[in-house]
Amino acid sequence: MLNIKEGSTSHSAYNLRSTFSDVEERHTLAVIVENEPGVLARVIGLFSGRGYNIESLTVAEIDHTGHMSRITLVTSGTPQVIEQIKAQLGRIVPVHEVHDLTVEGPTVERELALFKVRGEGEHRVEALRLADIFRANVVDSTLESFVFEITGTPDKIDAFADLMRPLGLTELARTGVAALSRGPEARV
Amino acid sequence: MTGQTQSAQTGRQMTGAKMVVQALKDQGVDTVFGYPGGAVLPIYDELFQQNDIRHVLVRHEQGAIHAAEGYARSTGKPGVAIVTSGPGATNAVTGLTDALLDSIPIVVLSGQVPTFMIGSDAFQEADTVGITRPCTKHNWLVKETDRLGQTLHEAFHVATAGRPGPVLVDIPKDVQFATGSYGGKETRSTRYAPPVKGDRAAIEALARAMETAKRPVFYTGGGVINSGPEASKLLRELVAATGFPITSTLMGLGAYPASGEQWLGMLGMHGLYEANMAMHGCDLLICIGARFDDRITGRIDAFSPNSIRAHIDIDPSSLNKVIRTDIPIIGDVAHVLKDLLEAWSAGGRKTDREALAQWQAQIGEWRSKDCLSFRNSDKVIKPQYALQRLEALTKDRDRYITTEVGQHQMWAAQYLGFEDPNRWMTSGGLGTMGYGFPASVGVQMAHPDSLVINVAGEASWLMNMQEMGTAVQYRLPVKQFILNNERLGMVRQWQELLHGERYSQSWSEALPDFVKLAEAFGAKGILCKDPADLDDAIMEMLDYDGPVIFDCLVEKHENCFPMIPSGKAHNEMLMGEVSTAHAIEAGGAVLV
Repeated sequence: MLNIKEGSTSHSAYNLRSTFSDVEERHTLAVIVENEPGVLARVIGLFSGRGYNIESLTVAEIDHTGHMSRITLVTSGTPQVIEQIKAQLGRIVPVHEVHDLTVEGPTVERELALFKVRGEGEHRVEALRLADIFRANVVDSTLESFVFEITGTPDKIDAFADLMRPLGLTELARTGVAALSRGPEARV
Repeated sequence: MTGQTQSAQTGRQMTGAKMVVQALKDQGVDTVFGYPGGAVLPIYDELFQQNDIRHVLVRHEQGAIHAAEGYARSTGKPGVAIVTSGPGATNAVTGLTDALLDSIPIVVLSGQVPTFMIGSDAFQEADTVGITRPCTKHNWLVKETDRLGQTLHEAFHVATAGRPGPVLVDIPKDVQFATGSYGGKETRSTRYAPPVKGDRAAIEALARAMETAKRPVFYTGGGVINSGPEASKLLRELVAATGFPITSTLMGLGAYPASGEQWLGMLGMHGLYEANMAMHGCDLLICIGARFDDRITGRIDAFSPNSIRAHIDIDPSSLNKVIRTDIPIIGDVAHVLKDLLEAWSAGGRKTDREALAQWQAQIGEWRSKDCLSFRNSDKVIKPQYALQRLEALTKDRDRYITTEVGQHQMWAAQYLGFEDPNRWMTSGGLGTMGYGFPASVGVQMAHPDSLVINVAGEASWLMNMQEMGTAVQYRLPVKQFILNNERLGMVRQWQELLHGERYSQSWSEALPDFVKLAEAFGAKGILCKDPADLDDAIMEMLDYDGPVIFDCLVEKHENCFPMIPSGKAHNEMLMGEVSTAHAIEAGGAVLV
């Protein structure tokens, strides 16, 4: 019909799609925001107000002198919804940049988690052995418990949690995903 | 930030309250609408000691916001309102949401309890920035007087740049009293700058599509008005250059003149038959500054089924939100139309004349259905007739129209003609009953010598009738043209169509005597109930130099047609005088 190349609309993260698909996709977004009061509430309010999903969200200041924070956000939806989410995020005044890491190229995603595992005897030995296999660190220990620190993809942490549960997992804290593009170029 | 340090060193020293007034002056503000209270007393003290800015004392904060909206929409400049903390700010919420949905630039300044009391549930404390976060384009709580000036200038910039909208600046009382540095208009940070130029390749693609189109239609909206008078001028040039027919949303009326050759009338739920049929039958749909609202599209999966869709909008989130777009162009309407006209004339492009002539003939056939015809009466005033007469007797005047929300609003859009932009102020997106009267106050303040008419229903009008006090105090000759059917007409119409004629709570048994009400406020009241008296009564209203409440008793059970029932497509319109039983099916019943 009309020959318009993908992304021919300038100035936005908006990409041309021929049709809307109903298949839900999982996307990791990097959102660079002004570090000012209420900015996180604006982002979260957008998701709750418009009925979008947040699977994981992490935020911290990345540039103190420039007052910049980076929000790494994992969300899911149909391609149309994902495009809407990016466009809506882009409208928020203190949002500087919105990057869809999932479409912009290969990325590394990591999450940190702390596990408290309580047990004695063979369970305790097995927990330690598995922690070694998963390259988890012991960051606290008593005669009847460990606190493991583990870093990896969300899948790896899910797998470790499944293994620890029968061995006495009593408490779990996860940071949510932080993500960067692979390669030498800074995309964000 | 460096800008801040600079201004702290070089700026003039003044109190926060003085800074507010100075910043408003530097922004060229001549009128503010507001209501004083404890947390804004220092600002009101400064307003008292100057003569450059007129303050209009409204009777309710909602009125202040709608008045600021009316001012903004009729002038193209941002409207300004001042409210106090707590209830003052919460009363502003409806107006802010209204301005957000209709993309109206307004700047609201709210007082706040002193910074050291925030969070203590102090008297008249509310989390104003929290409450108004989802109903403003952006908002700020200013905790240091040194930052107040630059924040106020940033607020005006954000309200007007890109897609316009409401902003709010919350100013604690101690920040108003304290002395700080004011560096003038240049101190705002300039980071927020939405692009205005559209992509050249996409504009070229649209020009190519226009060349080959056999059944094209322009579908325009409030974005054309918001882009400024230049956009309306360019739109008229584009329509003249192509000869394509043009329709508009409720928000966009006046961008193209109602007397124009290619004018189809308004489209949508209560739009004209020829406009909706053209949308349904077109092969090229050129959307300019509109957003495919559900009042426009009807059933989505049956919307304009055979067309290539081009969409020009300054807000990327409007594209592909509802309707899939083939040619998306992100940019300001005036900028894009300028480039499009260039692309059109530079290429020496021509339309498909033969196909266009056929298309016009088809449209002529649809037009001949005369979808706005109605059965008139010589016993009772039909609301449509009242508006026809109002149109005939006022169309040649320097006229501004506001409306409330409901049947009268749709009839006004159908039966009044708008030749220019910024002449029509109505609550489109939010559908706020009570909008029109305060908006007419704001319009009249901006245009003291013009004729300002609020076309109202009696139920909507009562929602902000307290503003009669404002109209009388400031000698604003606003004409309140109330089509009084003693019903919540649109609710009643839907109950008839959808709920088996069970008229639950949709009439009022205790309406005031509007003539006496006008007199109680010191205004003029006119009652008219006989069609034979209507012209004389309207002339009496127009000739009176002061506010008038015109109580026009109309047919009580008139329905507003044509109508696309909920859940139906553009080509399934209901026309007047037809059976309306089961017009809305179960699927459509859940829609609003």
